[in-house]
Amino acid sequence: MTPSLEARQLTRRFGSFIALDRLDLKVEGAKCVGFLGPNGAGKTTALKMFTDLIFPTSGEAFINGISVQRERKRALTSAGTLIETPEIYGSLSPREALELVGALRGMRADEIRSRTAEVLDEVKMTDWVDKKVGRFSKGMKQRINIAASLMSDPEVVLLDEPSTGLDPRGMAEVRDIVRGLKRGRRLIFMSSHILSEVVDVCDEVALLNHGKLLFYDTLSNVEKRLVGNATSVDLSFLSPVSDDALATQVGSLPGVSSLSRVDAQRATVTITGGHEVQAGVLERLVAARIGLLSFEPSRSALEEVYLQEISKGDS
Amino acid sequence: MTTVLASPPSSSGGPWMGQVPNTFSQAVLLSRYQFRDYLRSSRFILMMAIVAVIGSILSIVLSYYHGAGLTGSADAFYGTLWAGGATVVIIFSGIIFGGDAIAGEFQNKTGYFLMGLPIRRGSVYVGKFLAAYAASLVAVIFYLVILVANGEYYLGGGALSLPLFESFAIALLYMLALLGAVFLFSSMFKNSLYAVLVVAVLFLFGFTIIEDLIAGLVKIEPWFIITYAQNVISYPFLASVPAHVVTTPGPRGGELTTYNPTYPQGLAIMAGYFLVTAVGGLLLFEREEFT
Repeated sequence: MTPSLEARQLTRRFGSFIALDRLDLKVEGAKCVGFLGPNGAGKTTALKMFTDLIFPTSGEAFINGISVQRERKRALTSAGTLIETPEIYGSLSPREALELVGALRGMRADEIRSRTAEVLDEVKMTDWVDKKVGRFSKGMKQRINIAASLMSDPEVVLLDEPSTGLDPRGMAEVRDIVRGLKRGRRLIFMSSHILSEVVDVCDEVALLNHGKLLFYDTLSNVEKRLVGNATSVDLSFLSPVSDDALATQVGSLPGVSSLSRVDAQRATVTITGGHEVQAGVLERLVAARIGLLSFEPSRSALEEVYLQEISKGDS
Repeated sequence: MTTVLASPPSSSGGPWMGQVPNTFSQAVLLSRYQFRDYLRSSRFILMMAIVAVIGSILSIVLSYYHGAGLTGSADAFYGTLWAGGATVVIIFSGIIFGGDAIAGEFQNKTGYFLMGLPIRRGSVYVGKFLAAYAASLVAVIFYLVILVANGEYYLGGGALSLPLFESFAIALLYMLALLGAVFLFSSMFKNSLYAVLVVAVLFLFGFTIIEDLIAGLVKIEPWFIITYAQNVISYPFLASVPAHVVTTPGPRGGELTTYNPTYPQGLAIMAGYFLVTAVGGLLLFEREEFT
């Protein structure tokens, strides 16, 4: 069976505020989909309706074709979820917490034992298996929560900002875990506002703002949206470059629509015309032998599109 | 624009797709882990300490005063010390184990851990209720053990009597009713502190004051107040059940009316309270959102 998630006209109002506005979205297949949007865009609201933590004002959410609102238990059987940062009963150990999850899912004792070892290994918490969860840091608890969401080796994994509150190392580890999950032919639906995280692990993105879906597309298609649009590129040089040299050898290049100096050895240019034009500018800068040290887009393509779409939505 | 991509893989990664237990089995499973959590918690130690203090005070008082009125018979002894003490222990354990049982799921976010699983909310509610009941039962039994130890010492061997078992059974029904009510209040709040405060105020003195005001001033039998029913816990020790309505001369030529529940009435109030509050609390929890 192909794992799938679907929202049909999913709407949620809180009084006069529309948190989610007729979301129509269907994702299916083994892949990682990043669910993006600024704070308050409606990402968590949507995920909570996918897990029946809150109820839609109208519309319906489906996991593998089963309505969460009408058959919560059956729908969630094939899903592993991590919404917000759940707390585990503090006196339980990770082993006991995962035993509870496995038992509630109807797994046999031997399956629970072997799967507990696997998922704890996956989240690098094997050494803590019998310690009390109540004494764990937020990052450690989050890893146990991720382990719990994987306990039944689910087809669909819903993650709500899984690296929230983690230190840089913890965030990198969560990214590794999510990357590892993709090997298991699962559908991973992950909300995040960390664009680099999404670029790093996801194949597709859905962008939400003010409760409305702005687009849902593959990451490569998102980059194509930038064609014809301006891209900001940061330049750095080995040694200080004069204003004249900058103006004549950088600012005058075809495709460069604006130039601004950051300091003696750094500048930012805006290049219009897509990847080919960017490549041409880079080749000419190297050929000019002005000591170019780095040529790096100020923002990723996703970030450019994100800001572009969000600002369109805001205006 | 919404793009639906085609060509998903033909199979998934080998998930575990067994039979999820039924609603009641899941409730029992959850109660086992919740009970384990209670047993290891500081609140359990607190509850045992409260019972130990009550038991110690009782033992000390008995060692100084063990007149014939109290230690003359098993019924007098247990009628005085069991019925009064057990209701206090039940109320405290209800507050400590049940006060934040449901509210805490929202405030402490433990609900997020459970509610993302294929489990009905009813299983969570019943599981937590069973665990709170079991933890309260441990406290009540601990109190009973202290009392029986004193009873055996002052009354001699074999003082355990049928009325004590009858009264214990009624106390268990009262505990069911009280926890039902406590869980209802706990379901009304998403803040543990409010839930515990409301439950503590109501059960420690609120209901008793309301009961006295209704009976004394309005002269209506307070059959709808749970604490009114608790009097029947002492009935097994009495030679005769007190009169249902007692009128005594009051101040300024008035009358004071006191009501005592009849035996069946007391049991019916407890059972009714349990059914109404348990169902009410469950319905509230079913509709609460984890916003």
